Amino acid sequence: MDKILNREEGRLLAERIAKEAGVNVRECYQCGKCSAGCPMADSFDLMPRQVIHCLQLGDMEEIFKSKSIWLCASCHTCSERCPHEIDVATLMEKCRIEAQAKGYCGQEDVKLFNDIFTETIRYFGKSQEVILEGAYNVASGHLVQDMENVPKMLKKGILRPEMNTVRDKDAIKKIMEKTEEGGAVK
Amino acid sequence: MMKYSYFPGCSMDSTAVTYKKSFEYVADKIGLELFEIPDWNCCGSTAAHTKNEKMALALPARNIALSEEANPGLDIVTPCAACYSRLAYSTYAARNSEETRKEIEDIIEMNFKAEPEILNFLDLFSDPEVKEKCREKMVRSLKGLKVACYYGCLMSRPRKITGEENPENPMKMDAIIEMTGAETIEWDFKTECCGASHQVDAPKEARPLIEKIFRNAAANGADAIVTACPLCNMNLDMREEEINKLYSKKYNIPVFQFTELLAVAMGAGAEQSGIHKHFFPAFDRINEVIRANWEEEKKKAKEEAKKNPLADGPIVVGKAGK
Repeated sequence: MDKILNREEGRLLAERIAKEAGVNVRECYQCGKCSAGCPMADSFDLMPRQVIHCLQLGDMEEIFKSKSIWLCASCHTCSERCPHEIDVATLMEKCRIEAQAKGYCGQEDVKLFNDIFTETIRYFGKSQEVILEGAYNVASGHLVQDMENVPKMLKKGILRPEMNTVRDKDAIKKIMEKTEEGGAVK
Repeated sequence: MMKYSYFPGCSMDSTAVTYKKSFEYVADKIGLELFEIPDWNCCGSTAAHTKNEKMALALPARNIALSEEANPGLDIVTPCAACYSRLAYSTYAARNSEETRKEIEDIIEMNFKAEPEILNFLDLFSDPEVKEKCREKMVRSLKGLKVACYYGCLMSRPRKITGEENPENPMKMDAIIEMTGAETIEWDFKTECCGASHQVDAPKEARPLIEKIFRNAAANGADAIVTACPLCNMNLDMREEEINKLYSKKYNIPVFQFTELLAVAMGAGAEQSGIHKHFFPAFDRINEVIRANWEEEKKKAKEEAKKNPLADGPIVVGKAGK
């Protein structure tokens, strides 16, 4: 991928992200506690501490290309354990939102799932687990994923095919439209 | 005062059927007054905060605003860890920045004061009055059942949102479960992540998280895992069989919602507690425990009667069996 961000742009963006998260990334001394406790780290291409290091350097390109910001499960173990109280999980989240806005995606399936999830909220106001999983399977090409559980679910009445939706659908649509105009909270 | 505004969340009407059944049974037993928020919407869950911060704050805020309107003065309880986290985030954001609160009001076009406290079910059942009522209603003992209380992430973290004093070793669920007579074990994966929605969108990467939870529970002698979240429960219960196949393991650990054990201890049968609706068989394990405790009670009562023939006979309140 071509470098889209030059050094100065990267530095400014990193500064903004850290400021919004209320974090001073300079305080990180790379102890690695965040990465040691991260449950998803085995699958990360950039360890949490490396994400912080990139933020220190303003190397946003490296972060935006990574799988890590998508695979982060937002469990907040890193933030809880950081000896300098750096909110790593919030930084990961802000990086993911920025990456998305700039058209990067290091993990297509995760993005797809979240996109479909958001659309079900937009149209029904409530999450529809049946539609969500079904639509995700079709869109991702993982057609048979989890399908072995469906008969059991129906038999036990765990899943019911009827829909439960919000009555005031316009209110939800409006919230979605209005928030999609702008990104981060000031 | 056991009156609360209630936000059930989307899973309660679909995948969390055992949570719903058992909670409704317990709530009815102890006389909990719940006022469901009218026309509530999805909290946005992981999807919204993955994509858009304002959306992630505004979706839960509409529910809080509706609650303030319809159930003024009442705190909000919610059974799901993610719903809890999202509602609490919106409250936190609005309470800490007047600008953000107003911005959210503009988005949802409603008054949003962020006044009610947001409580998860562990908070609810840690309330002294609720606990006392539960204790009064216990008719069966689950003595002999060794339980690993699994809290997952969002009920304890981040601390600024949850107010949890010890996010590495929370004890609320342990204290609730101990009311049933079951023994809670010490183990290391109380607050490890179950992978949440990554079990669907990144299964290869996320499955090991579940395996490690079962491994640690088994290594520490757990007969059962207990959860307090629809998704934590489903990720463990629904995938245990698959984990056994995938990793050539023989874990035999049913996964309960904590309300199921409360309901059973209060005398609920399978239909009322939902324990026969698990993916991984759970009914027999509970039945064994109840039966063993019941037999023991009977034996004790008989011996007691021999010693003192004038005393009243045993009061048998709950009978085990299908």
